[in-house]
Amino acid sequence: MPNQLNVKHASVKYGRQTVVDDVSFELERGVIGCLLGPSGCGKTSLLRAIAGFEPLAKGEILLHGRCVSSPGETLAPEKRRVGMVFQDFALYPHLNIEDNIAFGLRGQSQAQRRERVKSLLALVGLSGTQKKYPHQLSGGQQQRVALVRAMAPQPDILLLDEPFSGLDVELREQLAREVRDILKREEVTAILVTHDQLEAFALADAIGVLGDGRLRQWDNGYSLYHRPNDRFVADFIGQGAMIPGEVTMDGDIQSALGKIHGEFVKQPAAGEKVELLIRPDDVVHDDESDFKLKIVDKVFQGAEYLYTLALEDGTELLCLVQSHHDHDVGEMIGIRLYVDHLVAFPVVAD
Amino acid sequence: MQLVSDKRLLSRLPFRINGWSLGVISIALLLAVPVLVVLGYLLEPAGEVWEHLAATVLQDYVINSLLLMVGVAIGVLLLGVSTAWLTSMCQFPGRWLFEWALLLPMAIPAYIIAYTYTGLFDFAGPVQTLLRELTGWGYGDYWFPEIRSIEGAALMLALVLYPYVYLLSRAAFMGQSICVLDVSRTLGNGPWRTFFMVALPLARPAIVAGLSLALMETLADYGTVQYFGVSTFTTGIFRTWYGLNNAAAAAQLSAMLLLVVFTLILIEKGSRRQARYHHTTQRHQSLTRFQLTRLQSFMAFMICFGALFFGFLLPAGQLLWWALTTAEESLDGRFLSLITHSLALAASASGLALLLALFLSYGKRQYGSWPVVLAVRTAGMGYAIPGTVIAIGVMIPFAAFDNALDDWMRAQFGWSTGLLLSGTLVALIFAYLVRFLAVSLQTVEAGLGKIRPTMDEVALSMGVGSREIIHRVHMPMLKGSLMTALLLVFVDVLKELPATLILRPFNYNTLAVRAYELASDERLADASYASLTIVAVGILPVILLSRSITRSRHAEPT
Amino acid sequence: MSILTKFILAPVVLSLLLPVVANADEVNLYSARKEKLIKPLLDRFTQETGIEVNLVTGKADALLQRLQSEGRNTPADLLITTDAGRLHRAKAAGVTQAVESELLNQLVPGNYRDPEGHWFGLSLRARPILYVKGKVDPSTLSSYEALIDPQWKGRICIRSSGNIYNQSLVASMIEANGVEATESWAKSFVKQFARPPKGGDRDQIKAAAAGLCDIAVANTYYLAGMLKSKDQAQRQAAEKMGVFWPNQAGRGAHVNISGAALIKTAKHKQAAIKLLEFLVGESAQAWYAETNGEYPVRSDVAAGETLQAWGKFSMDGINLSRLGELNPEALKLMDRAGWK
Repeated sequence: MPNQLNVKHASVKYGRQTVVDDVSFELERGVIGCLLGPSGCGKTSLLRAIAGFEPLAKGEILLHGRCVSSPGETLAPEKRRVGMVFQDFALYPHLNIEDNIAFGLRGQSQAQRRERVKSLLALVGLSGTQKKYPHQLSGGQQQRVALVRAMAPQPDILLLDEPFSGLDVELREQLAREVRDILKREEVTAILVTHDQLEAFALADAIGVLGDGRLRQWDNGYSLYHRPNDRFVADFIGQGAMIPGEVTMDGDIQSALGKIHGEFVKQPAAGEKVELLIRPDDVVHDDESDFKLKIVDKVFQGAEYLYTLALEDGTELLCLVQSHHDHDVGEMIGIRLYVDHLVAFPVVAD
Repeated sequence: MQLVSDKRLLSRLPFRINGWSLGVISIALLLAVPVLVVLGYLLEPAGEVWEHLAATVLQDYVINSLLLMVGVAIGVLLLGVSTAWLTSMCQFPGRWLFEWALLLPMAIPAYIIAYTYTGLFDFAGPVQTLLRELTGWGYGDYWFPEIRSIEGAALMLALVLYPYVYLLSRAAFMGQSICVLDVSRTLGNGPWRTFFMVALPLARPAIVAGLSLALMETLADYGTVQYFGVSTFTTGIFRTWYGLNNAAAAAQLSAMLLLVVFTLILIEKGSRRQARYHHTTQRHQSLTRFQLTRLQSFMAFMICFGALFFGFLLPAGQLLWWALTTAEESLDGRFLSLITHSLALAASASGLALLLALFLSYGKRQYGSWPVVLAVRTAGMGYAIPGTVIAIGVMIPFAAFDNALDDWMRAQFGWSTGLLLSGTLVALIFAYLVRFLAVSLQTVEAGLGKIRPTMDEVALSMGVGSREIIHRVHMPMLKGSLMTALLLVFVDVLKELPATLILRPFNYNTLAVRAYELASDERLADASYASLTIVAVGILPVILLSRSITRSRHAEPT
Repeated sequence: MSILTKFILAPVVLSLLLPVVANADEVNLYSARKEKLIKPLLDRFTQETGIEVNLVTGKADALLQRLQSEGRNTPADLLITTDAGRLHRAKAAGVTQAVESELLNQLVPGNYRDPEGHWFGLSLRARPILYVKGKVDPSTLSSYEALIDPQWKGRICIRSSGNIYNQSLVASMIEANGVEATESWAKSFVKQFARPPKGGDRDQIKAAAAGLCDIAVANTYYLAGMLKSKDQAQRQAAEKMGVFWPNQAGRGAHVNISGAALIKTAKHKQAAIKLLEFLVGESAQAWYAETNGEYPVRSDVAAGETLQAWGKFSMDGINLSRLGELNPEALKLMDRAGWK
């Protein structure tokens, strides 16, 4: 059985500018993928190419084993069986909720359509809103309507373009989980485009990080965080500090934090100058420790404090500590490193 | 390839010509022909006439035209914006009535309101005569505003043109998020300050758009200024063309007028560009209107009633009075044919203008390369050009085409086709299109702007093709705008006089022609039947217009 | 869309299918005379002869422009204007032709037709000085030229220089007195105005009757029309006015004509000439005088009762073609004099 989606060496160009550069990945049926990256990284262009709104300059896109895009051949969006949810929802103001959702339903009787709309609305907890108009719903409700409208014709793949960015933060996370449940229950294959990693982690099974048009890493959230492929991914995903160091002959790293030993994700050569990624959760607060650093900043995060600590050479380190350990800025606190996998990138001379 | 994929593809190239853009450009060129014909006269030397004009009357033309524009601008802004604000944001008795009735002055041609006011307020009119009888004063013993003056002309034009500003700024006020107004209140601004600091700037693009329509009409006006003896650019053009028998100089004056129009259009465009940044919030709550105190309600009522009274009730009443008491003209079978002619012309011109506007603005939306945008802009230029100038600009090329075709047919087949288009309704309706396309174009474009591209794309992604999108998304969403465009042109054509007069076929009279013929023969009272009928026929579309605008509000994007 | 099709396209198509006029027994007429003031005569002509008359009315200049652009293929057979200047202009533009008609030559006096027979006068429109009875002693009036006498300062109402009647009047004065004399006259004349020129001839009469000024210069048929008006105020105003015929000792009062010219490419030449002859016929001539207060072009047809009451007068015998030739000069002169 073919994959639901195959993207092979896809490139998209605007004029001379390449915005998507040789991207390949695939999605199996029922999997929720995510294209994650900062704004301008090409993720939306790639999504639009999958939807058929952008032609490919190179490579090809296969939906359900069928080639839908290749240079010079772009199957029209309406012939692809894709569903799309836009950032602005794009609900039709002149249609009520029922008609909005039924917009893409064809070849069905009135009763069937009504039934389908009813079950979809029940799915997102909006039963009884059939006759309302979009402007009478809240932002979150409009979002859900946009989602089920895209799902209504049972597309082969659902494309979500920053679907939560118009909503407030609290609602965003809650909705992201809800949407995941719904998609999973309905076994929908989907791709989400976002710049918000928490959203990506909450929703997606597999995440592709895009930077400058290229796919940097295609992995699950855990691996992206703990085993980033390159500096770009390491910087973009999660928080952390890059500590300069040098690889010793026995393969450890000598740095301002002392000698660090651990299992490398990618073993650097001995003697090489590297930067070591230290995540806040790699730094453990220990009053007993002799290794003390000065607190230069602290942020209360509920269960934890995020302390910023300064090394002697000015390099800063982040440290996540349970919030009953309340220290003042300027205090020295003892820390210990607890690093599972060492992530080190060779220093690139500027 | 489908609609939208095409668009993206094209947007990557500097520009590319396809069938649709080619169509847009050809139509725009065709519509620009009359203007180009007029501009073509620029190449002809006008001789010493210019020296004569510059030494004698040109200064008057410029100063008077400017004064008139300033006067009309002040008038339409005061009347239009205040009534729009009151009827959309405040609650007071009679508001629902004013909401649509304030549009009624649109149905009255400017030259007719000028006749009625002169009849009433001139030195020999009933008001001043009564004053003299009561006081025993004679001429020179008292001061009375001179109606037939430049101020009077500005007032007349403002009274019938303010609905443009009212219409557009009202839509803007109603579209404003109440939040932005509330924010201003919480920041310590009173209602007045809020109006001037927040509501007015936000509505500015709409107000400026309405104002520019009113000013273009002002520039094109001939009937009012001519009757009031105010020398403006427009009267100057006719004087030079006919009196001095110098078409080249007249056309050169018209070209100067065009320059002013271009500037107006640019200003209007500039102000519209900013509009994009204005509505930051896409959602708005339904309006809660300010409750006014009794005194405030009374004031609000009087302001709206004043506009309605002086712009419609008084002139219409005077016409009715004339029709009932002194008119020698009566209604007969011929009169019926005037009505049907007027209606047929207005209906066909407004319908065609709508179709063209749709075609052009879709072209601009889908294939907005610079040649297309430029072409669409050019197509709307005729609005500010006096009808007579356009008529002559239509007549000359049409006849030239007919004659060339005739020559060719005679030479080839020994068979004469005569005049195919000249002197037919085709030429007349074409002139209407040149003159009024701007109105429908502007309205349709504004409506189309509300349909976000994502609305097309979401439909496509659901497997709905372009044709169906137009049918199921665009048409329903555009309905209000299309109706507005249709009715505005309808009323404009109904009132149009100079082009009709010059281009109409044999035995084909309209209400406006009849009203003009009698009025220009100084038989104002006899003209009242026709004038009144224009007003009566114009009222219905104006009411429909008002209703369709109120209704379309419910379907505004959320 | 179906509504759109039904209500918009249908009228368009219907209106375009209106028959283009092309019958055999007909005359196509471009008329600067308003429909109300010509149609009844045309109807009578049709009744008598069975020849249909198709009519377009409009401003003379626009009609002339239309004739010129339509060229050889113009459907028009006849052009009617309300002043000689435009007839002259039509002839100069080469759109007219000479008519050979014994009857016309015999009925229309020589100075009211083109020497080569390109156009013929149909009615006379005189522009006398009107005065407020009781306020002005007519014996103090003498000529147009004398209106610059200091005694009339601030007492004169006249319409703007944009009007053809004033242009013709000044043209006739240029012909009689020369440009320089006329210009200095116009400069003084403008200073006599009671108010800046505005409105039409009737407005001047009304203003005078209401006391704004004592003298108005206006065409007689406006006064006649007001006398017959249903509007009591208009009748009363008109009744206050007396008619003074100026320049009786010299060249005579200024008179213009309404007239007609046969179009060069006329396709219904015979019918058109028939219509011309009908229009100078006795009944048509009497109708002008009766209905519209104009003077018949034929001396053998009596003017109406109202006109007769204003007395006989001598008319300026200027060749009317000159009015057309001098028109631009007259207008420029008025511009220079500051006549609005």
